[in-house]
Amino acid sequence: MLLSLPALHLQTSEYHPLLQLPHGRLGPWCSPTGSPAPLSCETGCGEGSWILVCRLLVPTQVSLLSMEEDIDTRKINNSFLRDHSYATEADIISTVEFNHTGELLATGDKGGRVVIFQREQESKNQVHRRGEYNVYSTFQSHEPEFDYLKSLEIEEKINKIRWLPQQNAAYFLLSTNDKTVKLWKVSERDKRPEGYNLKDEEGRLRDPATITTLRVPVLRPMDLMVEATPRRVFANAHTYHINSISVNSDYETYMSADDLRINLWNFEITNQSFNIVDIKPANMEELTEVITAAEFHPHHCNTFVYSSSKGTIRLCDMRASALCDRHTKFFEEPEDPSNRSFFSEIISSISDVKFSHSGRYIMTRDYLTVKVWDLNMENRPIETYQVHDYLRSKLCSLYENDCIFDKFECVWNGSDSVIMTGSYNNFFRMFDRNTKRDVTLEASRENSKPRAILKPRKVCVGGKRRKDEISVDSLDFSKKILHTAWHPSENIIAVAATNNLYIFQDKVN
Amino acid sequence: METRWEGLLRREVVPRREAPTGLLPGASAQVGAGPSPRRPPGSPRGLGATRVKLHPTRICRTSPQVRVPGAVGEQSGPSRLSLGPCAALRTPAHRVPCPRQTSLEEHEGYCLIGFLPAPLRVQDTDAMFARGLKRKCADSEDSPPAPPACSLQRQSLLDMSLVKLQLCHMLAEPNLCRSVLIANTVRQLQEEMSQDSAWQVPAPASAGRGPLERLVSTEILCRTPWEQQGGHSAADSGGSPAPDLLSEPPGAPSAQAPRGAPGCAWEAASPRESRGGFQRSLDQIFETLDSKAPRAAEGLFADVDGPYYDLDAVLTGMVGAKSVPGDGFETLAPTGAPPPGVSYKRDLGELDHVVEILVET
Repeated sequence: MLLSLPALHLQTSEYHPLLQLPHGRLGPWCSPTGSPAPLSCETGCGEGSWILVCRLLVPTQVSLLSMEEDIDTRKINNSFLRDHSYATEADIISTVEFNHTGELLATGDKGGRVVIFQREQESKNQVHRRGEYNVYSTFQSHEPEFDYLKSLEIEEKINKIRWLPQQNAAYFLLSTNDKTVKLWKVSERDKRPEGYNLKDEEGRLRDPATITTLRVPVLRPMDLMVEATPRRVFANAHTYHINSISVNSDYETYMSADDLRINLWNFEITNQSFNIVDIKPANMEELTEVITAAEFHPHHCNTFVYSSSKGTIRLCDMRASALCDRHTKFFEEPEDPSNRSFFSEIISSISDVKFSHSGRYIMTRDYLTVKVWDLNMENRPIETYQVHDYLRSKLCSLYENDCIFDKFECVWNGSDSVIMTGSYNNFFRMFDRNTKRDVTLEASRENSKPRAILKPRKVCVGGKRRKDEISVDSLDFSKKILHTAWHPSENIIAVAATNNLYIFQDKVN
Repeated sequence: METRWEGLLRREVVPRREAPTGLLPGASAQVGAGPSPRRPPGSPRGLGATRVKLHPTRICRTSPQVRVPGAVGEQSGPSRLSLGPCAALRTPAHRVPCPRQTSLEEHEGYCLIGFLPAPLRVQDTDAMFARGLKRKCADSEDSPPAPPACSLQRQSLLDMSLVKLQLCHMLAEPNLCRSVLIANTVRQLQEEMSQDSAWQVPAPASAGRGPLERLVSTEILCRTPWEQQGGHSAADSGGSPAPDLLSEPPGAPSAQAPRGAPGCAWEAASPRESRGGFQRSLDQIFETLDSKAPRAAEGLFADVDGPYYDLDAVLTGMVGAKSVPGDGFETLAPTGAPPPGVSYKRDLGELDHVVEILVET
């Protein structure tokens, strides 16, 4: 089965394309300390310039501290908290996703809430200020449940959010926790009817005896209100924990994958689903492999892939049979015998799989690397990028403190030329597939002020540590960036660091 | 916009637990079409310090409904890489951040209840583990009586893995992926250890029965009651294997030994029973995960007298999981088990000592 689609080329924007060196600019490119930043080439791995647009917090804190210099009191989003260690665990962001136009950004957290941010429209008088993201809607998507039969609590943590393409004025998204998928409709209301006959303005029923005239209610404008209503609840179809959902390109079906099974749903039918993949062995004692992620092809509604904990990817065609236990393509890279250790299998477990926007490539993330595969070649990936190879010698400690089981995600940019993934110490990495250059950036409160340029970071592995480098042993493994998202057409990225959401964009001249 | 934002702030002043369904002025969310029963009122959420009873000789765990934040990858606990010997306890994966336990002394006190049989320095073990030491063990064929360093490392890794398995077995929400990965690692370790014992078959005088004898001897050890464990613990306390590990120079080449020949030798020596027993124990874990009925937890509520101690629920879980002899070994180390059983008994003996000391003070 050939999938010979040409790669999708987005028009390069009139702003400087991503990852080009700034030529001869010194003035406006100030680092946070005020002195001109060194040119990217001097730092060795510089890849253009990313600036912080805003840092958004899942709002639970009460005490806010506005910044000293740029008093921008209108935007509470831009202020920094005095002490962000008060964040409760329920505020840890567990998923981030842009919608198809990039206007909306949805985040889900461990407490079962979904917060949607909307991009501010660019105003005429502030052309140099790109749109920032502000809170648009917040709702409680999932509640903690208790499974009485198994005596287990079902976490309300939102595992994944996926947007549906917009077909009318409302927005639709799917959100899922471990067991239940819900379809939410987010709609705006800016008019309300006034002048009812039988009810007064507060909604109380009027005494029929006092009604002497008839009138037709009219719609009058009101303050904008954003409502979120659950339109469908897809429950009781998964025995194991759902790890991914993916909307099909036909926009009528979607799939949900748990550790051992994948189910296909129709949006209109909530009481049944088709099981299309089932890898549960007849004897649970023989279980050695689980499904870790699954995604539909962006253009072919019959094709999907799923990854496993053994580092393999299977591509299935639903036209071949109803039950896709037998794969159509099997992607696996032979193991490198020189790198073999007790942890080889654990670090080869794939934590995320993503199709490119063109549909020709898939990208997989395992613990130490990101790999890009061509759908037409199954025996090895076409590109492999080391995310944090300096951790290879520390695998035992990472196994001890369970960091080796962290599931990092990976994303493509709109033109499939750059890939991004997260790491520890609030670092995240970008790799340019064309120029083969990469950059490490940090999403942290200390180093970032709004509109400040991110400095590339570097981890030193040898003995000599240069001035700005950080050594492997001082990395903070509790600060990990697992979830990132890239705007579908522009160079805007959203990075989730614990309970903080950072939004960066490339610098505009 | 301003109204909405303020509304959000106002809402969040109320702690989340008390106002779970508070409606914002800007959003009318009606959650849940179907029945979604809430937790039974008695079960605690698990965050923060949990009061747990400690029996002088047995440590009871809290209810399985106590929710330990077990989501892998979403932890916010401290976990620096430069870990000391108490690493496993100071930063376990599911450790609930307990603001009262911040003093170093408290940590040091608990470090005695470590599950690693020997305090290993992280850097050395990492280097050695990363490269794999099959070749090294093959070289040390001619000195069978002294256990080679690699087998000690494997031993410690195996212990760590078994405790992790048991821990996630006891959690309210077992993570299947994690359990599968750990179980596969355990299987691989166990295979290599069996192969190594097969390597050393021809060397000693009592050639044919070497490995089997060793396995039989551990079997006898596993069957003995608690008194013998006290004796074992006294003999093995102090972390004697540690100097061996530290003095071993790292840099063994990776494993290239073909699996065919040792496989045959291994089958000839027939530790199949023990392997089967071990396999059974792993299978039991999976079956339990499948059925999600932590019956082992029920048995721990037998003895609940004794002084109260404030403990991290997870710490108690780990310790408690190890301290109950009958139940723990049913699920993890049946009587025919290879070496893991020995170190378990050793640790439990130490554990008993330590707990008695804690209780008396």
